[in-house]
Parts: sequence; structure tokens; C-alpha cells
Amino acid sequence: MNIAALDQLWVYLSGNPLLSLLMTLVAFAVAVRINRALGGSSLFHPVTLSVSMLIGLLLLVDMDYATYFEGAQFIHFLLGPATVALAIPLYDHRDKVRQLLWPLLLACVVGIVTAVGSTLGLAALMGARPETLLSLAPRSVTSPIAMGVAEQIGGIPSLAAGLVLLTGSIGCVVAPWIFRVLRVQDPAVQGFTLGLAAHGFGTAHAFARIGAVAGAFSGLAMGLTGLLTAFILPLLVRLAGIG
Amino acid sequence: MPLIMGMSMLLACQFLGELMSRGWGLPVPGPVIGMVILLVALLVIGNVPGSLRLAGEGLLRYLTLLFVPAGVGLIAHFELIGNDLWPIVVTLVVSTAVTLALTGRLLEHLNRGRKRRVER
Repeated sequence: MNIAALDQLWVYLSGNPLLSLLMTLVAFAVAVRINRALGGSSLFHPVTLSVSMLIGLLLLVDMDYATYFEGAQFIHFLLGPATVALAIPLYDHRDKVRQLLWPLLLACVVGIVTAVGSTLGLAALMGARPETLLSLAPRSVTSPIAMGVAEQIGGIPSLAAGLVLLTGSIGCVVAPWIFRVLRVQDPAVQGFTLGLAAHGFGTAHAFARIGAVAGAFSGLAMGLTGLLTAFILPLLVRLAGIG
Repeated sequence: MPLIMGMSMLLACQFLGELMSRGWGLPVPGPVIGMVILLVALLVIGNVPGSLRLAGEGLLRYLTLLFVPAGVGLIAHFELIGNDLWPIVVTLVVSTAVTLALTGRLLEHLNRGRKRRVER
């Protein structure tokens, strides 16, 4: 095989959705292995690892994000039905949810106001630009909601999605430590807190590390936080006088 | 067939959710409304069909993988993040920690109070 043929092959493959789809799946599988080899530490979360690997790879082969996304969108699309599927663990644990309904709603509102207030306050204090500020504001809700809200208040949707992801991985790293220091032991409380502060990442973490009850509450928190934030955030931003 | 049936149910709920979200101009995304629709439907039916559980729990098991494509999108914003690096890093870490601590504490407190009332 001569060099020219290889070159043409690459041109064909890099323009084809197949390659980036395969890359994403392989990167994730490798990341899960690495994470397991490192003792399952959330500091090296499979998502953080595979995202860094893929970014490195894209820079290396000089592929732009739009081309990559043409293949990866098939995975991205499944976020929609997966969000709908969160209704299943919620239904399974409906009795526990009903018992705790008022405390959960109160905690949810307090959590959202804390998250948005401390984010806007700190970032403004440190001199972040307005578009960064408005993309940071919805960082604790699940990415499809955060992107919609960011667009509505004048932030950058795709930057918001990235910041949501960073929030999620940071949340999973600091949460076990905070729970230990503050002696928060109830799996339902741990799950709900994770879902509220770290959205889908927290939910996945709760399912994998704490158990099905924590996962169900985490999914509930994620949905509830998303719903409430979509209504509360535009009001808070207007109150704070930005945007 | 069960996998197809289950997936169709999930997509149908999402579709209804998108219709309501777009049609009424709601600020809430379609999949979240879809989740509420499915939850109400399950409460009415009174059980989770096997096919739905198969498709739904399969998706939820790999939930983290589904965030990867959006995460790679950070590549398009290196410059903006570089400009505001410290405000972004400090805000993300501190604000996430404060939110976790405050919510966890509050909920644990409310939960203990409730348990004590039940025991009495």
C-alpha cells in the first residue's frame, strides 16, 4: 500500500461519523478500565478521563468539534430518553418520596438559591466577564436544561454544557469528603444532595457507589432542580441586575 | 421486541414533552416534561412494564457515557475559559462544596426531626 492511498483513506474516515462514534466508545471503555485500575477514585472519573483523552486526540489529528459531533451525536441523542427513563427509579421508590416530599422541596429551593447565588456572587467578585457569568449560572443542573437556560439568559449554551460537566466531576470528588465531615449518612439524603449539586454525574455516582435508593433520590433531585431552576434562574438573574 | 417496545415508550414520552415545551413556549426542556409524563403514566397504570424497565435501566446504567460528546465541546471554548480561568475554577469548587454541605446538612436535619416525631 502506498502513502497516497493511506492519505485518502484518512480523508474518507475522518469525514465519516463512524470514526468519532467508535473513538468515543473506545475512549470511554479505556477510561472505565483506567478508573478501575486506580481503585475507582472519582478524581479520575471515567467521563473526565475520556473527555480529556478525546480532546487530546482531536487536537492531535486536527479534527474540529463539528466533525467529531457528527458521529458522537448518536450517543448525545440518548440523553433525552435517558432523562425520561429517570421516572422508573422514581416510581419504584414512590413511597419514600411521598414521605419526604416537603423536606425535599424545601431543600431543593434552598440548594438552588445557594448554588446560583454563590456562583454569581463569587464569579462577579473575581471579575469574570458577563458571558462567562451567565454561562456559569445554570452549572448545577443537567446539561440539556442548563443549555436552554443559558441561552435564555444570554450565556453561551455549549460553554454552559462544559461547565456543567466540570461541576459534576468536582461534585463527585468533594461530596464523599463533605458527607464524612458533616456526618450525613442516610443514603436518601446523600443521593438527593448529589443530584441537586452535581446533576447526572451525581446521579450516576449515587447509583454506582451508594445504591438504588440513593440513585432514585438523586434522579428525583436532578429532575426537580432542573424544573425549578428553569423557572427561578431567569428571575434571580434579573434581580441581580446582570444580563 | 421488548427492547423496541420499551425504547418506543421512552421516545414517545420525550416526543410529547417536546411538543408541550415548544408548543406552549415553556422554559423547561422536552425530556424533563417527558419524565413527568412517564411518571404520571406509571402512577396511573400501577406497575412498570418489563419492556420499559429493560430499555430504561439499560440507558441509566450507561448514563455517564452519554455526557461525553457534550463534554468534548469544551474544546471550542479554551480561549474564553483561559481568560476567566481563576474565577471559573474557584467558583466551581467553592460553590459546589457550599451547595453540597448546606443542602446535605439541612436535609439530614429535617429528616432526623421527622424520624423523631414518628418514633414518639
